[in-house]
Amino acid sequence: MQRGFYPGLLAPSRNMTNHKSFIFDTELHLVVLTGIKVCSLTDLRAQLAKVPSSSIFFHTHQEYLAHEFQRSPPYYNDFARWVSQAMREEPLAEKLAAIDLLAFTTIRQLRAAIIDTIDTYLDQLSRPSYECRPEEAFHFCRSRSFVLPTGIVAHDVDEFFDKVAHISHASLYFHFFEARLRLRRRTSDFSRWLTDRGRPDLAEAIDALNPYVRTLDELRRDIVALGAGEAAT
Amino acid sequence: MSEHLDDYRTVVGSRVVDELLLLADRVRHLKLQHINSTAVGGGVAEILTRMVPLLRDLGIDTRWDVIKGNQAFFGVTKVFHNALHGGAETITDDMFGVFRDTTAMNLAELASYGDVVVVHDPQPAGLIAKKPDVGGHWLWRCHIDVSTPNRKVWKFLQQHVDQYDASIFSMPDFSQRLTIPQYMVPPSIDPLADKNKELPTDQVHATVAKYGLDPHRAILTQISRFDRLKDPLGVIQSYRMVRRHHDCQLLLAGGGATDDPEGTEVLREVQDAAGDDPDIHVHELPPFSDIDINALVRGSTVIMQKSIKEGFGLTVTEALWKRKPVIGGAVGGIRLQILNGVTGFLVHSPEGAARRVVELLNDAALRKTVGDAGHEHVKENFLTTRHIRDYLLLMLAVEHAGSDPTVLTA
Repeated sequence: MQRGFYPGLLAPSRNMTNHKSFIFDTELHLVVLTGIKVCSLTDLRAQLAKVPSSSIFFHTHQEYLAHEFQRSPPYYNDFARWVSQAMREEPLAEKLAAIDLLAFTTIRQLRAAIIDTIDTYLDQLSRPSYECRPEEAFHFCRSRSFVLPTGIVAHDVDEFFDKVAHISHASLYFHFFEARLRLRRRTSDFSRWLTDRGRPDLAEAIDALNPYVRTLDELRRDIVALGAGEAAT
Repeated sequence: MSEHLDDYRTVVGSRVVDELLLLADRVRHLKLQHINSTAVGGGVAEILTRMVPLLRDLGIDTRWDVIKGNQAFFGVTKVFHNALHGGAETITDDMFGVFRDTTAMNLAELASYGDVVVVHDPQPAGLIAKKPDVGGHWLWRCHIDVSTPNRKVWKFLQQHVDQYDASIFSMPDFSQRLTIPQYMVPPSIDPLADKNKELPTDQVHATVAKYGLDPHRAILTQISRFDRLKDPLGVIQSYRMVRRHHDCQLLLAGGGATDDPEGTEVLREVQDAAGDDPDIHVHELPPFSDIDINALVRGSTVIMQKSIKEGFGLTVTEALWKRKPVIGGAVGGIRLQILNGVTGFLVHSPEGAARRVVELLNDAALRKTVGDAGHEHVKENFLTTRHIRDYLLLMLAVEHAGSDPTVLTA
């Protein structure tokens, strides 16, 4: 059976088990406050270089899970939202929001891209940048994660698509968002498993679904539709 | 009345309840002890009253203890509370002495129980001195706004706080530079409590009429203590601006004025400002008015919480849950709850508030869209079930300190 690969966390035997079944995990989070807050772009840039990578992941991803009801918030990315609302630097907010999260396979690359975007903007700024009021400060947080099996297992490809229709947002989020970027699996767990099961075509179709432009319900619906298309052929 | 976990399935969905059961399986071997300073009255007691039975329902052996203290002790902790909120208070060494003496008495008398001990707020914080003898994992849960604390009181408190395994704050703004991990756990409301449960329309209309309002005309409402930080006079100003464009009634209702000298003064100012306008209704509510408050909010067209300073603002959470469009001051936890233009509107002045009220009164579809989004926001983030989930995760976090992510096997 296949569960995820957690570098340095699991005994090798955990990953050497058979790959026939897919175990659906879920991931639950606590928000950890770092106590670090900034009131200006230069301070934001300085802290971005120092904060843990889990903090970068948190501030670029938490909105996807937190506000599922909101079809299109102004910005999904916390940095972009703060730069817009507290710094009133809309062009930079737009640039930060436009950073394509799918283009990166490590947080290190993503962090560098965010810093580079801010550096470029500050270099071109011909006036002093604004300092916000303390109550508008940006507070760096990170998440503390817990991964546990949901008890839902798919034994074959058909069953996999049936089960996906019933898993929680947290489970879907874990196998799609967390697995790919934070846990460095480079692709979603679903695609990895389908490839192992000899269905690279379905894996590729799932990889083509951009999770960053869908709500989790839409993502689930589109994955299930791929399975339904499969059943119809 | 004590609800059971299964009662929440129809409100939050079975997935959420099943997730709690899944998590509870992982911590059922741990005993949990909550310690605070009062069994009734106040937000902490209210939360624990609802949460402890549900934790037990999940199979978690949970006990709730209350420290003892005399009038002098609670006088001192009230001063500390105000000082931690940033109020100008005179702090004397005698006060620290009273705090230490009461802590020593409770250290001797309070029974140790939990493998995980959650100590709520500053009053019992000194009980951490027990830890070296009794062991266990100790968490300090801070419910109050310590974003700009009196340094002398915070420094005194921090000696205790730094000895805990971890601390818990309601909002990022309250976080401190500490040597221990700091978790964020926002407060919550209970959807099945009297203050929040569904009510029949007849009852809502009858209650609204009982308070002298016409249920068939627009009602603008602010429910809060008579406190200058809630800006009730600003609300009256907004109402008067709105009345130039739209017929409506104003309801200002809240408790806590009787035993609070400042509250009595503010109530009088509000009554003076209301003058003889028959459409302004000012009511001081007695304790245990939860069902009336519920009905008054449900019977309102627009809810305001025009605070100038705010901790979390549970009155906002309660109104959002009832699918009401809420206009709130852009301060404290109101900013976490009102996503401007999506789940309500954030404002900075009576003028800004009036503009939004008119917009909402003129647009029933907007009221519905904003109200529905607010309800979903609360459902996902600020209900008791999420609060319980966070406590279960905290139990896991202290047991598995050092591994992140913590991967649990089947």
